[in-house]
Amino acid sequence: MSPTNYLLLSGLLFTVGAIGVLVRRNAIVVFMCIELMLNAVNLSLVTFARMNGQLDGQVMAFFVMVVAAAEVVVGLAIIMSIFRTRRSSSVDDANLLKY
Amino acid sequence: MTAPPEVLPATGAGSLAWLLFAIPAVSALVLFLAGKRANAWGHVLGVASVLASFVLGVVIFVQTLGVAPDQRTTELSLYSWISSGTLDVDFGLRIDPLSLTFVLLITGVGSLIHIYSVGYMAPHAGAEPSSDSSRRRFFAQLNLFVAAMLVLVLGNNFVLLYLGWEGVGLASYLLIGFYQDRPSAATAAKKAFLMNRVGDVGLALAIFVLWLNLGTLQYTEVFARVGELSGGTILAITLLLLLGACGKSGQFPLQSWLPDAMEGPTPVSALIHAATMVTAGVYLIARTNPIYDLTPTGRVVVALIGVVTLLIGAVIGCAYDDIKKVLAYSTVSQIGYMILAVGLGPAGYALGIFHLLTHGFFKAGLFLGAGSVMHAMNDDVNMRNFGGLGRRMPITFVTFGCGYLALIGFPFLSGYFSKDAIIEAAFGQEGWQGWVYGLAATLAAGLTAFYMTRLMIMTFFGEERWRNLKAPDGEDYHPHESPPVMTGPMIVLAIGSVFAGFVLSAVGLNQWLAPSLGELQESPAGVLPHALVPWLVLACSALGVLVAYLVVGRRPTPVQRPEPVSFPVRAARRDLYANAFNETVIERPGIWLTRALVFLDNRGVDGLVNGLAAGLGGGSARLRRLQTGFVRSYALSMLGGSVFVVAALLAVRFA
Repeated sequence: MSPTNYLLLSGLLFTVGAIGVLVRRNAIVVFMCIELMLNAVNLSLVTFARMNGQLDGQVMAFFVMVVAAAEVVVGLAIIMSIFRTRRSSSVDDANLLKY
Repeated sequence: MTAPPEVLPATGAGSLAWLLFAIPAVSALVLFLAGKRANAWGHVLGVASVLASFVLGVVIFVQTLGVAPDQRTTELSLYSWISSGTLDVDFGLRIDPLSLTFVLLITGVGSLIHIYSVGYMAPHAGAEPSSDSSRRRFFAQLNLFVAAMLVLVLGNNFVLLYLGWEGVGLASYLLIGFYQDRPSAATAAKKAFLMNRVGDVGLALAIFVLWLNLGTLQYTEVFARVGELSGGTILAITLLLLLGACGKSGQFPLQSWLPDAMEGPTPVSALIHAATMVTAGVYLIARTNPIYDLTPTGRVVVALIGVVTLLIGAVIGCAYDDIKKVLAYSTVSQIGYMILAVGLGPAGYALGIFHLLTHGFFKAGLFLGAGSVMHAMNDDVNMRNFGGLGRRMPITFVTFGCGYLALIGFPFLSGYFSKDAIIEAAFGQEGWQGWVYGLAATLAAGLTAFYMTRLMIMTFFGEERWRNLKAPDGEDYHPHESPPVMTGPMIVLAIGSVFAGFVLSAVGLNQWLAPSLGELQESPAGVLPHALVPWLVLACSALGVLVAYLVVGRRPTPVQRPEPVSFPVRAARRDLYANAFNETVIERPGIWLTRALVFLDNRGVDGLVNGLAAGLGGGSARLRRLQTGFVRSYALSMLGGSVFVVAALLAVRFA
């Protein structure tokens, strides 16, 4: 099977994730979209690894997963605490850090 | 040209020569630092220190007289003063006939004037206690002056000369502005300082040029090697030295500070601005005579400056009513004679120093006399308020008269010997120079006789105009003779004015100075026979006296200054427009230039910096509005940025 299809799927997933980050307000959804983008990248990494017959890309994908797991822990904790103080999980409501 | 005399190390009393200036310097330091504690005895210390220097000077002089003329030039190196790269300057003294002559003049006349100042600067009865400390301050500054002047004449290199040169400039500045509560004194001090600075720059540049070309600044080495330089360099050096001399000696075109310097106390005018400091320019040119010997052109410029100045001084002296300013312009004029003399070269160096010495006596005496008159007349200086004072203050009258006769060249008094010798040497020049120098000097001699006679008549003769007048401080005038502490020095100086010329020429001042200045060359016959010159000068002076008698003596002097007057008088009253000229040509453009520069600095340089800062500040204030706090807009800009970077990469890759 040609790698093109995998890469197209990867691009599609990335685009969906990116648009989701840009247009959705709910912090949880934004977060999930970020995960989507990360995994889209993972997919392309694995594809290229397979294409070139090297393991580098797969190793990189594992790294991304580990980092993503850590990120989810911290990120969800932040979202939780923001929700507790502000009673909202909208990213537009958390706009205190500005000029 | 004779070979320069051998320089020997100083021995005996000569090795103590450093004490000459160390004593007054320490005394000045003590008086400055001791403060009020020294009020009671400050003047005693001041007088004693200068007297001690004088005694030491006499001892060294006598010792030097005892050796052969070719062994009279000695040097004393005290320590290595500046050693930097190839520049090596010793704190060394040169004790030779020229410097000893000056030492005796400075400490001798200086002692007399110090003694006089004890009386002149004494606090008036009932004056506030601060005037006591002002006398101490006065003596401290006067001692500082004596020390600096001695360093100037004793140094054996140009750097030490410059140190003394600046030292006397400082002392002069301090003493002109001595009456700190008078704005006019402060202004005069500043003016003197600034105009001296112009000259000092010339001297400094001359020293730089010498060092650049010869790599040494010691007199002996410079004079031995100056012949190696090109004519243009030598001319430049002599002209720069002349600029220095013009500044310090009040010569054209830097003469206008000297009359203003009369704002200082009268003893200062006598010591600094008549007898010693203002003759430093003459000393400078005489000292550097081996350089001037090499450049006839440079000497012509020197002589012309002298001629212009002696005429200017004599003309303006005729118009002033301020007794001290008349004497000041007389000083300007007499120093013009000296500069003319040293400008004549080997035929005139010794004559210039001769006139300097006799002038030191009679002009110091005249100033002390003027101080005595002011002392008697509530510090008034306007001669129109005087008159008939000869009967009130006989000692002042007689001593002042001696100085007057000496100055106008009355036969066989001091001025007769020294001034006539200069005029003879001036007529001794060939061609146009002989006529110009000689006639100008003769004319100025006549003018000198005129203005001095006018001064004498207005002050000591005629109707007692002060009887019907009030002093500036609102009291009646009570003219009285000065105390002995003041009249004593005046009497000594009067004796000097009468006999100095005769004695100095009889004992052979010219031969005495020969080791320093070279043999005095008998001036050639020139344009006028020597036998004729004294008669010509005498006739001219007599004419001056006669005219003064006819103009001033035969009719009462109006108390109010007559206005309007003819153009020459108007011009002379305004210093021949020297101040107006300086103001228009130098001061005003200077002010405009400064204003333009300030404007350029404020608006241009500062404007650039401030504008940049304001632009950045304003820009950032607008730019920070982009920081909205909305996470999604940040994400959009990140996306945009990433897309841009990727697009750029691709464009480079596939273009």
